[in-house]
Amino acid sequence: MKANNHVNTESTVQVRKLLEKNKNSKNLLAIGEKFIPKFLLLIALVSVLTTIGIVVTLVTETFEFFQRVSVAEFFTGTILKPLSQNPEFGILPLINGTIISSIIAMLVAGPIGIMTAVYLSEYATDRVRRILKPMLELLAGIPTIVYGFFAFTFVTPLLREIIPGLEATNILSPGIVMGIMIIPMIASLSEDAMSSVPNAMREGALALGATKLEVTFRVIIPAALSGIISSFVLGISRAIGETMIVTIASGSSKNFTFDITQSMQTMTAYIVEVSGGDAPAGSTIYYSLYAVAMTLFVFTLIMNIIARYISKRFKEEY
Amino acid sequence: MKYIDAEKVKNKMGTRLILNNILKSVFLLATLFGLIVLAVLIIRVLTEGISYIDLNFLTGKLSTNPDRAGIMGAILGTLWLMAVVVPVTMFLGIGTAIYNELYASKGRFQQIIQTNIANLAGVPSIVYGILGMTIFVRALDFGNIVLAGGLTMSLLILPIVIVSSQEAIRAVPQHFSEASYGLGATKWQTVKNIILPAALPGILTGTILALSRAIGETAPLVVLGIPALLLPFPGGIFDKFTVLPMQIYYWTIDSSLVDEYAYLASATIIVLLVMLFLLNSVAIIIRNKFQQRY
Repeated sequence: MKANNHVNTESTVQVRKLLEKNKNSKNLLAIGEKFIPKFLLLIALVSVLTTIGIVVTLVTETFEFFQRVSVAEFFTGTILKPLSQNPEFGILPLINGTIISSIIAMLVAGPIGIMTAVYLSEYATDRVRRILKPMLELLAGIPTIVYGFFAFTFVTPLLREIIPGLEATNILSPGIVMGIMIIPMIASLSEDAMSSVPNAMREGALALGATKLEVTFRVIIPAALSGIISSFVLGISRAIGETMIVTIASGSSKNFTFDITQSMQTMTAYIVEVSGGDAPAGSTIYYSLYAVAMTLFVFTLIMNIIARYISKRFKEEY
Repeated sequence: MKYIDAEKVKNKMGTRLILNNILKSVFLLATLFGLIVLAVLIIRVLTEGISYIDLNFLTGKLSTNPDRAGIMGAILGTLWLMAVVVPVTMFLGIGTAIYNELYASKGRFQQIIQTNIANLAGVPSIVYGILGMTIFVRALDFGNIVLAGGLTMSLLILPIVIVSSQEAIRAVPQHFSEASYGLGATKWQTVKNIILPAALPGILTGTILALSRAIGETAPLVVLGIPALLLPFPGGIFDKFTVLPMQIYYWTIDSSLVDEYAYLASATIIVLLVMLFLLNSVAIIIRNKFQQRY
């Protein structure tokens, strides 16, 4: 009996100790619980800070640039001669190069991407789709520098056999290769949009006697249009921002021309040329880097906002 | 009253079916086009570059002489770059994802963060290069060392890591955390012991795929001013460095001067693609082995 009592008191003490310990750790826990969300918030703010960092650097340095070159001259000038004795900073040749290369890219990526999406979503059997899709993803995973190499050492020489008069660096070849790079993106986003059209709509049209082709063009594509268009806009945004392919394969001529067999420079390629060269900090040419980057940033931002707006606003809900 | 003229329908049927079949083949050809280009690209790179790959090439120093040039420096540079990018993006990416999914109150502020991440994902990589050059290389005066390049790359792939980590966290079923709360666990205990382990395979897969983007990315590093010919091997994150894509870039643009540089570029591309292939295989293995569908 006595011994038993003894054990009891001892275990009570132990329990009391445990409780005490628990209380202490609970205090610690409570502090942790309060502290951790704040800590995580700080981490989450890094991405906000990145945006602020991008905008602030671009805006302040662009402002500095516009102290030296007038806004009108920059946006309406068709002559870009940053290195000459009397430098001129017109951005139009760069915008022209950017738009032309993007148009060429979309002429390749648009039709082929959407046809690929139609095939995968409407025609291919499950087994075929399971083989083809990962292979297309492989195409999307190739680094752009490899595409640049491919454009410069393979596509350009090939095109020169077909098109006499094509320069060794030209906008056509990188445009086409850029298009090939964008195909998987348009194909996969459009396919997602098409696959999410409910089967009942397909079956309804088929039951009325439509062929698969008619179902595709009269039912599926109209129903998936918002997704398809937003994939196009994202593709354009990607083409505008693409750097290495055009830098390598289109050279650095700053001509304001519409001749696609010639070398043209895009905004991205200009940034590479100027920052890779030895533009001394504080020179006008150095600040022009930021003005061009700012223009590029605004271009792609607008494209991305449009894409998101289209896919949200015009989405058909089933 | 007859709405459908059977004769007319019958007459049209043939052309409609033929058109359907023709376009089916056209669609298939379009699908194969991308794959054919991929095949041509890989075959060409392999035939041009494979004979240049030997132990000397893999372990040698850079050189202007094509027969002696090696890419050990670029391989080490890529690895050191990853040594910065992996911890930084995982820390920032997972932290942000946990905050956005589990702590942030659903409101204006959270929406601002989400929209911001979506917009950041669409910013061209070269703009990140300019940010990195302005902040890390010049303002903080790091110079073009591994740390500056790594931090720039981390910011570049951060949106991808955040989005995929958020998806992985969202895929963990509600009743997991409810059970944990029921046993008396606090929120952080639940996050740390229940949600994160369950979401880890998804987070890792997304992170590895983002990493393969960072390994192949060139444009931001060009803007940071990574030098063309660098002889000493980088030995840490405070050393100057070059990476595989930069080496491909310089050899490609110089191939009009020295023909052999094109083959060296091909050989370097093979090494880069093998690295990417290994990384992606790891991601796929993790996804297949550990990812559970609830």
